[in-house]
Amino acid sequence: MSERTFVGGIHPGYFKDYTAGKAIASARAPAQVIIPMHQNIGAPCEPVVQVGDEVKMGQKIGEPKGFVSAPIFASVSGKVTKIEPYNHPLGNPVLAVFIENDGLDTPDESMKPGKALEELSPKEIVQISKDAGLVGLGGATFPTHVKLSPPPEVQIDTVIINGAECEPFLTADHRQMLEQAEDVVYGLKAFMKALGATRGIIGIEDNKPDAIESIKKAVEEGKGEYNIEVHTLHTKYPQGAEKMLIKATTGREVPPGALPMAVNVVNQNSGTAVAMAQAIKLGKPLYERVVTVTGPGIKEPANLLVRNGTLVRDLIEQCGGLTDDARKIVLGGPMMGLAQPTLDVPAIKGTSGVLVLTEEFVADLPISACIKCGKCLEVCPMSLMPNFIGSASEKNNIDLAEKYGAMDCFECGCCTYTCPAKRPLVQWIRIAKGEIGARRKK
Amino acid sequence: MEILLSLVIIGGMGLVFGTLLSFAAQRFAVEEDARVETICDLLPGANCGACGFPGCINFAENIVKGNVNVSSCIPGGKAVCDSICEVMGVDSVAAETKLVAEVYCLGSRDVAPDKFEYQGVKDCKAAMAYGGGFKACTYGCLGLGTCAEACPFDALHMGANGLPIVDLERCTGCGICVKACPRHIIRMVNADRIGKYVPCSSRDKGKVVREVCEIGCIGDKACAKACPQDAIYFEDNLAFIDSSKCDDCGKCVEACKRRIIKDVPRLHHA
Repeated sequence: MSERTFVGGIHPGYFKDYTAGKAIASARAPAQVIIPMHQNIGAPCEPVVQVGDEVKMGQKIGEPKGFVSAPIFASVSGKVTKIEPYNHPLGNPVLAVFIENDGLDTPDESMKPGKALEELSPKEIVQISKDAGLVGLGGATFPTHVKLSPPPEVQIDTVIINGAECEPFLTADHRQMLEQAEDVVYGLKAFMKALGATRGIIGIEDNKPDAIESIKKAVEEGKGEYNIEVHTLHTKYPQGAEKMLIKATTGREVPPGALPMAVNVVNQNSGTAVAMAQAIKLGKPLYERVVTVTGPGIKEPANLLVRNGTLVRDLIEQCGGLTDDARKIVLGGPMMGLAQPTLDVPAIKGTSGVLVLTEEFVADLPISACIKCGKCLEVCPMSLMPNFIGSASEKNNIDLAEKYGAMDCFECGCCTYTCPAKRPLVQWIRIAKGEIGARRKK
Repeated sequence: MEILLSLVIIGGMGLVFGTLLSFAAQRFAVEEDARVETICDLLPGANCGACGFPGCINFAENIVKGNVNVSSCIPGGKAVCDSICEVMGVDSVAAETKLVAEVYCLGSRDVAPDKFEYQGVKDCKAAMAYGGGFKACTYGCLGLGTCAEACPFDALHMGANGLPIVDLERCTGCGICVKACPRHIIRMVNADRIGKYVPCSSRDKGKVVREVCEIGCIGDKACAKACPQDAIYFEDNLAFIDSSKCDDCGKCVEACKRRIIKDVPRLHHA
C-alpha cells in the first residue's frame, strides 16, 4: 500500500530530537496560577467564584456563556486573590482568575471514578466531555462536546484520532501516544460510542515509529469489539490539519466552508482522547495538559504536564532558563504558533508547546516582488492560489481576495514558508480573512 | 506576379472589411451623452473613490443621470462643483467648506515607546490584529504608514519621527486616510480654522497615559481652567478645542504641563 497523504504541503525540519526521547514529567505547581476565562474557540466563560473564595483542585471556576464553549477549572487548590484582566496568549488581555496555591492539591469532590465505558450511554459520554471542559488539545481548542453532538440528520461513521503532530519541535502528542497509549485507544472508543461510529482510525506520521508501535499494541489489546485501524502517514506538514488528515486516511474531501461532519467524520486530537479517557476513568476535568517546552533557546527542553494558568516564565525557569541568544518565544509550534511579547503569559488549554527560538531562526528578511514561480500553489494543501490572494490583500482589494477563496485558507503557512521572494502570504491572507469576517458579520 | 496577387487579395480584404466596419460604426453607434466626458475632464482624475463610485468616469455618468449630488466630489471642492453646475445648467450649489486631514498623535517612538518588537507585515491593520498593536499606548500612531499608502493624492508622508505629516497643499479632504487608519487618529477638520489643537487621541486615564507616553493628554483640565474663551471641553480624559470659540490667545499652551497643545497646521501660517 502506498503511503497515505494529501496533495501539497511542505517538509520542514523536524527538530523533534530536543524532547522526543524525554518522558513526560510533572511541572512544578506554581505559587499562583492565573487562569484566563477564555480558553476555547467560541464564547468565553464567566467566573463563578469570588475574590476570597477557597477553591479545590478540579473545581469549576468558569461557567460557559454559550453552547460552543467549555467550562474552566481550578488547577490548584487555594484562595482566589484577584479577578481581573491579564495577558493572554492570543494578545489581548482577558479576564482571569488568580488563585494562590496552598500546596495541598485538595481534590474537588466531583473528581471520582464514574461508570465504566461499557455502562455509559452515548448521551452520558457527551455530557461527561462537556462537564470535564474538554476542548481540542491540538491547539484549535474547539469544544469536544460540540463535535460529539452532530445534528440528527448526520450519521458519523468514522472517528479519526490525530496523532500526526506535524508541527516541527512539538512532541507532546508523541510522548502521550508512547506513555498513555491505552488511554488514547480508550478515548477513541468513547468517541466512537458517543457518535455511533463504526470505524476508528488513529493516524500517525511515519517519523514516530515507536509511537506507531505502542499504539498498535494498545489497539490489539484494548479494542475489544471496536473496529480500530492504525494508519501510518507520510511525514509532511500540515498532515495534522483535519481536512488533510481526513483526505489521507479516508480519501474523502471536505467541501469548502464545511466541517468534517459533512463527510461523516469527526476528528479528535490524541491528547483529547487521553483527556476523555481520564474524564471517564477518574472523573478528572481538563485542568492540566502536556506542554513541550523546547527550542534552541531553552537550556533543558522537556515535556511537562502543566497546570492550566502556569506562567510561561515558570515553565522556562524549570527547564533551565533561556540561553543567552534566545530571541523569540512562540506558544504552539513554529508554523502556526503565536509569538509572545512577554514571558508573563499563562499556559492554557490550547498551549501545546512553548518554543524559544534563537537568532538564526528569526531571520527578518526583506520582502520582494512575486516572481510568479508558483511554488505557493504547489504547496497549498487547500489548492488555493496564495500569491493572488496575498497580493490582493496587500493592495487592500478585499473583494478580490474573497473571490479567490481567502476564507478557505486555514493559515497553515506553507505558502509563506516556501516563498523564495519572502512574501508574507499567509499574513496577508489573515488580514483579508479578518476584514471579510468583519464584513460578513455586519 | 505572386507578390502582386497577395497584395491584391490582402488589400481587397482590407477594403471590404474597412467598408463594413465604417458602416457598422455609423449604423450601430452608441449615443453617449457628451456631458459625461466633459464632466470627467473637469474632475481631479485621481479615481480616489471618496464620492462612493469606483472612479471619476462613473461619478460623471451618475451626475448626468441625476443619481448623485453635483457637490459630491470632495477633492474637487468648490471650483469643480461650480464648473459641473455650469455643464449641467443648474444653479451653483455652494460646495461645503474645504476640509483637510489632521493627525491627532504626537507620540513618536522616542516619547511613546513600543511594548514589544513587531516583526510582522508592515501594515497598521496587520499590526492591530495581534494584541491591539505593538505600541504601549493603545490609542497612538503605529507609524507603519497605512494612511500614507492609502492617500490617492500623495498628500500624506511618514515623517522622520515615524508619524504621518499632512501636506496641506495637496490634501483634498477626501477622507480616505481617515478610513484607512485602524487607530482612528486622523480627523477631517475645517481647512481655514485657526487657533490651537490637542494632537492626542488617548482616552485613557491620566495615570495610564503617563506610563505609556511622555506628552499625551492626561485630562487634568489645566488648559480648560486657563482658557478665557471657555473653548476647551473634555471627552473621556481627552481635551478638545472648539475652533469656533478659540481666539488663539495661547493661555492653554502655557497652562499645559504636557506641552501637547499646538498651533493648528496652516497652509499660509503667519
